[in-house]
Amino acid sequence: MATAAGEVRAAPRVEARGIGLRAGLGAAAFLVVALVVGLAVGPVGIGIGAIVRSALSYLPLLHVHQPLGAIDRAVLWQVRAPRVALAALVGGMLAVAGASYQGVFRNPLCDPYLLGVAGGAGLGATLAIIYGSVAAEGRWLVPVAAFAGAIAAVVATYALGRSAGAGRTTGALVLAGVTMATFTAAVQTFVQQQHTQQLQNVYAWLLGGFSSSTWTDVAICAPYVAGSSLVLVLHRRVLDVLSLGDDEATSLGVDVRRARLAIVVAATLGTAAAVSVSGLIAFVGIIVPHTIRLLVSTSYRAVIPLSLVAGAGFLVLTDVAARSVLSPEELPIGVVTAFLGAPFFAIVLRTSRGVR
Amino acid sequence: MIETRDLWVRFGPVAAVRGLSLRVEAGGWTALIGPNGAGKTSALRALAGLVRYEGEIAVDGRDARALGRRALARLVAYVPQKPETPPDLTVAEYVLLGRTPHIPYLGGESRGDREAAARALRRLDLEDFAERRLGSLSGGELQRTVLARALAQEAPVLLLDEPTTSLDLGRQQLVLELVDALRAGGLAVVTTLHDLTLAGQYADRLVLLDRGAAAAEGPAGEVLSAPNVATHYGARVRVLEEDGSVVVVPVRDRGR
Repeated sequence: MATAAGEVRAAPRVEARGIGLRAGLGAAAFLVVALVVGLAVGPVGIGIGAIVRSALSYLPLLHVHQPLGAIDRAVLWQVRAPRVALAALVGGMLAVAGASYQGVFRNPLCDPYLLGVAGGAGLGATLAIIYGSVAAEGRWLVPVAAFAGAIAAVVATYALGRSAGAGRTTGALVLAGVTMATFTAAVQTFVQQQHTQQLQNVYAWLLGGFSSSTWTDVAICAPYVAGSSLVLVLHRRVLDVLSLGDDEATSLGVDVRRARLAIVVAATLGTAAAVSVSGLIAFVGIIVPHTIRLLVSTSYRAVIPLSLVAGAGFLVLTDVAARSVLSPEELPIGVVTAFLGAPFFAIVLRTSRGVR
Repeated sequence: MIETRDLWVRFGPVAAVRGLSLRVEAGGWTALIGPNGAGKTSALRALAGLVRYEGEIAVDGRDARALGRRALARLVAYVPQKPETPPDLTVAEYVLLGRTPHIPYLGGESRGDREAAARALRRLDLEDFAERRLGSLSGGELQRTVLARALAQEAPVLLLDEPTTSLDLGRQQLVLELVDALRAGGLAVVTTLHDLTLAGQYADRLVLLDRGAAAAEGPAGEVLSAPNVATHYGARVRVLEEDGSVVVVPVRDRGR
């Protein structure tokens, strides 16, 4: 009997692949190497052994002797460390936000920058810096203003994209995003020109970078990034369900509108916080998730958590490149990511032509 | 198991479904037939809770509106005409997504969910395909996989929109035999089908829709008469009896 034979046969392995041990360890190792390189590279030579011992000396109960003098210690922990930490936070956030936008809009070309989200956040932040309180306590409001700008931008982009046929082609949404980004850039320039005394600051900020990062920036950014990425990581399975399309996700019992709202708000809030401390950095949300899709899996159960970890490592290394290539001059980090990202985007564009 | 009373579906000023009443019991198979644009898909989508409707839909004796999305999804499984099948997902991963209505919103699958998905795979003889990617499957294998996903939902009502589209005749029969076996196992099945002969051979009850309203309903022998097909499809056909079932043969008008 066929049924009897069927029962004897071993049950099929029914599991979602998820992150996988190798990919998880690989991403973690990549991040650790990036962090160490980020701390070690700079005009003042500090050995890796000394960095590790210096870090351990801050831990209680280990009794490791602090190997560094006061100046080296300050360079390491007050200049380089906050910069590395901030690059990691921003990189992880932009990568995981990019992956989430790609899932929620079912469009492989989405990126916080290309959707106009970063531009909207930038405009909001600029308005807050120029018209708002510039006092120290006012800085905590910058991410909120950035978030307001970012949400307005993503809503406008989505509405414009939908009316232009984003349901049928991948290009429409991105074109709407570019329209939005151009518009916010124009308003931003107008505001800047009215306040030329701040032009230098705003311009440096626009290109993106971590050259003046402090632990305060890390403290401003970290809670938003932590909250947003937590929400997005929790939604990783929902993103896989959404990849079946609205009808099928609905017929599987998912409230598609509410799920989409939660994911977009989380990704946008995180992006806004990242942008408000780092400026406009494009393409991280394209490069990192698509590399993971290529190397590991297209399931969001893998793409979301791995983007977070690998994105952090990626931006730390990109920042190392930005400060070393023309040393002692610094290249704006947005220039480096665009240099790497534009060809990458072209490849994704070519291979995703069939995607609706 | 699933029942509608005076069901209307409107898109703006246009009514796609007008006052449809039907009732499908467990172990029954009703096929919605009718010419293009008759409202077959709209009616099916209303049953799946995907479009707004007027009138009543009751599933398992309970008002579908009052059930809520998740509860409805545990009772009604729906497969659209062209399901989205992400090419890089494995068959097992895809079928597991069918367990979504049983999994907490932000949770992961339990052992019970994996077992239910494994049962669905075994039922449709897909065990050896569990780790294959969807993109590597043939049309027939893919349709079986989609059925397995719907089956993993373990809902007593199964809605299929044109389950045989883009399959060759042999695969069409294979898929319909599978659906018939599921029906015999106690599911209530509602499908749209454009092939009248196949509809007559497999479904125990046909509902002929024309411009949104039921023009005829009953067993195939009653609904698939040559005058009915001529009136509602504008087609010239001859209806033959073969082995106790009805065969609808198109006849070409040679214009004498």
